Amino acid sequence: MIEQIVLLLSGCALALGCFFMLSGAVGLLRFPDFYTRMHAAGVTDTLATFLILGGLMLLAGWSLALFKLGLILLFLFFTGPVASHALARAAQHSEWKLSGSGSRGGKRGPAEPVSAPAEVAEADALNTDRV
Amino acid sequence: MRYTLSLIAVLAFIWLANSGLYTPLLLTFGLLSIALVILLARRMQLVDRESQPLHLAAALPGYYWWLLCKIVQSNLQVVACVWRSVFSPSESVISPTHARLRTSLRTDLGKVLYANSITLTPGTVAVAIEGDEVLVHALDADGIEELRRGDMERRVRVLEE
Repeated sequence: MIEQIVLLLSGCALALGCFFMLSGAVGLLRFPDFYTRMHAAGVTDTLATFLILGGLMLLAGWSLALFKLGLILLFLFFTGPVASHALARAAQHSEWKLSGSGSRGGKRGPAEPVSAPAEVAEADALNTDRV
Repeated sequence: MRYTLSLIAVLAFIWLANSGLYTPLLLTFGLLSIALVILLARRMQLVDRESQPLHLAAALPGYYWWLLCKIVQSNLQVVACVWRSVFSPSESVISPTHARLRTSLRTDLGKVLYANSITLTPGTVAVAIEGDEVLVHALDADGIEELRRGDMERRVRVLEE
């Protein structure tokens, strides 16, 4: 009886985790610019992994695998923000730099490169030179 | 000294939980590896209050629980945004915003904890800490508003003291 309940719970957790993974992936494809895509990736980083690992932990029962899964969860929660921050930091050094004072943008906000067409044209010119 | 001891305990736990083989030979290898890591960490002067925040041990679980609830809540909001943008592509469901938030947190540990918590909740990302300002990018204005209200900052400050 208890076994079946645990099995059911872990199945629900795994299915929900897959749903959140899928949502994160769809968001990653649908959202307009770099920073908003990072938010979508955050979903797969946190709740989706938490649910999937939680479901696996329920399946594992009291064993060494439980501790290992717990450690994976812990390390993911510690390294996830570091990776996100490194990405955002790298974007700050590129043309997607957020403007200094806090401002509000529309759907295609200030994170979009302003001078992109000019730069692309320049790069094209360089390429034709080389050819 | 107590920081070294706690590092030994953490490393031993990681070794024991990951090996699963408890023969004398492997346990000796484990002991040697732990000794080596401790030696390296001490030479690099990594073993201190900042890397082993023992003084937080009592308060952290409560904060993590609150943070977990927050993470679940904001995950649901972001996922709702995703599916709304899929099913009604014409209307704009997100309005990306960024702002510099002043923080009254004093210690480096507090600031890092605060910024990491911001990044860990989907919908808001801490991009940079400059002095006592945090540059935050959010999926919509609500995320920034909620941080401005300072609930999270208050909780981190309690940990800091």
